[in-house]
Amino acid sequence: MSLTLGHYLTLGAILFALSVIGVFLNRRNLIVLLMCIELMLLAVNMNFVAFSYYLGDMHGQVFVFFILTVAAAEAAIGLAILVLLFRNRNSISVEELNTLKG
Amino acid sequence: MATTLNAATLLAVPLAPLAGAVLAGIFGTAFGGNLIGRRASHTLTILGVLIAFVISAMTLKSVAVDGARFNQTLYEWMVVGGLKMEIGFLVDGLTAMMMCVVTFVSLMVHIYTIGYMEEDEGYNRFFGYISLFTFSMLMLVMSNNFLQLFFGWEAVGLVSYLLIGFWFNKPTAVFANMKAFLVNRVGDFGFILGIGLIAAYAGTLNYGETFAKAGELGGLPFGYGTDWMLITVICICLFIGAMGKSAQFPLHVWLPDSMEGPTPISALIHAATMVTAGIFMVARMSPLFELSDTALSFILVIGSITALFMGFLGIIQNDIKRVVAYSTLSQLGYMTVALGASAYSVAVFHLMTHAFFKALLFLAAGSVIIGMHHNQDIRWMGNVRKYMPITWITALLGSLALIGTPLFSGFYSKDSIIMAVGASNLWGSGFAYFAVMAGVFVTAFYSFRMYFLVFHGKERYDQNPEPHHAHFSDEEPDVQSHGHGHDAHEPHESPWVVTAPLLLLALPSVVIGFLTIQPMLFGDFFKDAIFVDAAKHPAMASLAEQFHGPVAMALHGLVTPVFWLALAGVVLAWYMYLKNPALPAAIQRRVQPLYTLLENKYYMDWINENVIAKAARGLGVGFWKGGDQGVIERIFVNGSAKLVGRFSGVIRWVQSGYIYHYAFAMLLGIIVLMTYFVSWPMVQEWLAK
Repeated sequence: MSLTLGHYLTLGAILFALSVIGVFLNRRNLIVLLMCIELMLLAVNMNFVAFSYYLGDMHGQVFVFFILTVAAAEAAIGLAILVLLFRNRNSISVEELNTLKG
Repeated sequence: MATTLNAATLLAVPLAPLAGAVLAGIFGTAFGGNLIGRRASHTLTILGVLIAFVISAMTLKSVAVDGARFNQTLYEWMVVGGLKMEIGFLVDGLTAMMMCVVTFVSLMVHIYTIGYMEEDEGYNRFFGYISLFTFSMLMLVMSNNFLQLFFGWEAVGLVSYLLIGFWFNKPTAVFANMKAFLVNRVGDFGFILGIGLIAAYAGTLNYGETFAKAGELGGLPFGYGTDWMLITVICICLFIGAMGKSAQFPLHVWLPDSMEGPTPISALIHAATMVTAGIFMVARMSPLFELSDTALSFILVIGSITALFMGFLGIIQNDIKRVVAYSTLSQLGYMTVALGASAYSVAVFHLMTHAFFKALLFLAAGSVIIGMHHNQDIRWMGNVRKYMPITWITALLGSLALIGTPLFSGFYSKDSIIMAVGASNLWGSGFAYFAVMAGVFVTAFYSFRMYFLVFHGKERYDQNPEPHHAHFSDEEPDVQSHGHGHDAHEPHESPWVVTAPLLLLALPSVVIGFLTIQPMLFGDFFKDAIFVDAAKHPAMASLAEQFHGPVAMALHGLVTPVFWLALAGVVLAWYMYLKNPALPAAIQRRVQPLYTLLENKYYMDWINENVIAKAARGLGVGFWKGGDQGVIERIFVNGSAKLVGRFSGVIRWVQSGYIYHYAFAMLLGIIVLMTYFVSWPMVQEWLAK
């Protein structure tokens, strides 16, 4: 049994679904939320790489590099915000963070 | 003839009274700081009117003798599209005659006022108003276009309003002036619609240009799903304006109440000049009215209703001024009937004679009121001739002129009207003929009822049930006590400033008809001012056929039924109010329902207040509550605010501030977009199959 495009796409879909469920179920921890978003990006990367390989087009893999870079920067900024948030409010619970309310 | 009539001289006619009005009205009152006194006020205003009268008389001479005419635009106010708004004068026979009548009666009234308003606080204000009135009326009659006519029309209405409410702390006067103003608005609404139609279809406001297009207008249909002719609609609209101003049924209700004002203005405005503006206007528009038989029939019927039924009301009035007021209504009805019969020159002729004798009667009534220490109720007068000989003689002459005694001015005009109506072939002329004939009897009866009750019979001064001083305060509050002979109940003759105008007005009341009937009705004095389509409306032509000089007409008048009807009226009045004074009360008891009907003026006031005014107020409340508060306020103003509020409430609920809500929204967006992009090609493919 060889690995087909379908297997990779299924893996991507499963990763994506996991991360969506993580976003929904998580009420406590902002870090988990950030990780779920990273995971979502990874699921997308997985699709990009799989398509790139099977279509013989390098552009997809170039894109993956960009996404990884952005994700790294995002994680750094996100964690920094998180640290400041915790210093100010003594909590990173998602349920208590509703000051954006209009 | 440019030397006899020029713009500068004519301009002085209206401007001289205006200058007087400004000086007396602004600098003579608290408004301008009471800079000039009473003497200066009346001198200045009388001087202004005198100048106007002298120039008017000269104008009349050059128009009548030299045949001079003037028609020129003096000032262009503005141009809107092709429509010019101008100020200009048109002087022909009609205008020159009106100018003379207006300025002469106004001059007499100015002089009379010195005596009548002697002790009134608003002396200077009164002079300011009557001079302003003279200015407005002159602008109205001298105009050569509809806009200026409308300006004068509204200005005389305004001054009439101010003067009816001259004693503004008397509630009845305030009510009466409001009533006059509102009723006149109804008429003016029709009038401005008529002017608007002329402006829309003829494209000009100038008389001459409009009349030049009259034939063209006469052929147009009105349209809008009706089969009316345009010219009929225009004429009826214009006539509705005349109905308001000239107090024709059913817009007559304001005139009797206008007697709340001081007597001089009743003479000037509500008898001699302003109320005849409607008659003048229709005569001026004769080239238009001639084209519409329907409008003429309408005029005929309205006029005859007014002439007859308003006369009946005069019979039961006890207020001396109201009797004269109802007689004015009835005489205005006669003029209107003459207009309807296409005898415009006869209507204007009656306008002129009526202006003299009715101003005379009003001023005589005012003189009696002064003499009776401001008692106006004729039941408590009697035998006044002993004390006020000049007033007595002049009032007798005025009454004789009013009822149409041969050789008096009223005879010539009224007889001509009756003959013209008899010769008219329009629909409604039969009824009109009956109404004006019956009106002769009624006129004679109420005129001489008043005359006998006031000047003859027993003295009844002490029978007035109301205490004299109390009577004062609710009749004419601003008039101060007379001082001299106030406690004595005997009347006294009025000062010369009152009697001189009476004598000066008595003269034309007697002779003017005899002197002017030939040129005015059958000569070419009105040749280019009044147009009659002789083929369609033969009244004037048949009148001219029967006319053989004023003397022959007077002699013939002795054998016509008209004369005998008038005589019967006088004799009946004599019998009922002098010979057998118990009779009227007995008759009154017999026909109580009829008497009640007349007492309540055919319930016109009741209908106006309880039906029309109530409906109008109901409509107003409906618009206020339903339209203004309901639709505009609740739906548009508050409704839109509320809608925005509610919408933002929904939006605010979305903005919960919880990050997972935003994340959820984001994911939902992704799912929706993905579903769309993935499934849309499939749907398209499936649809293509």
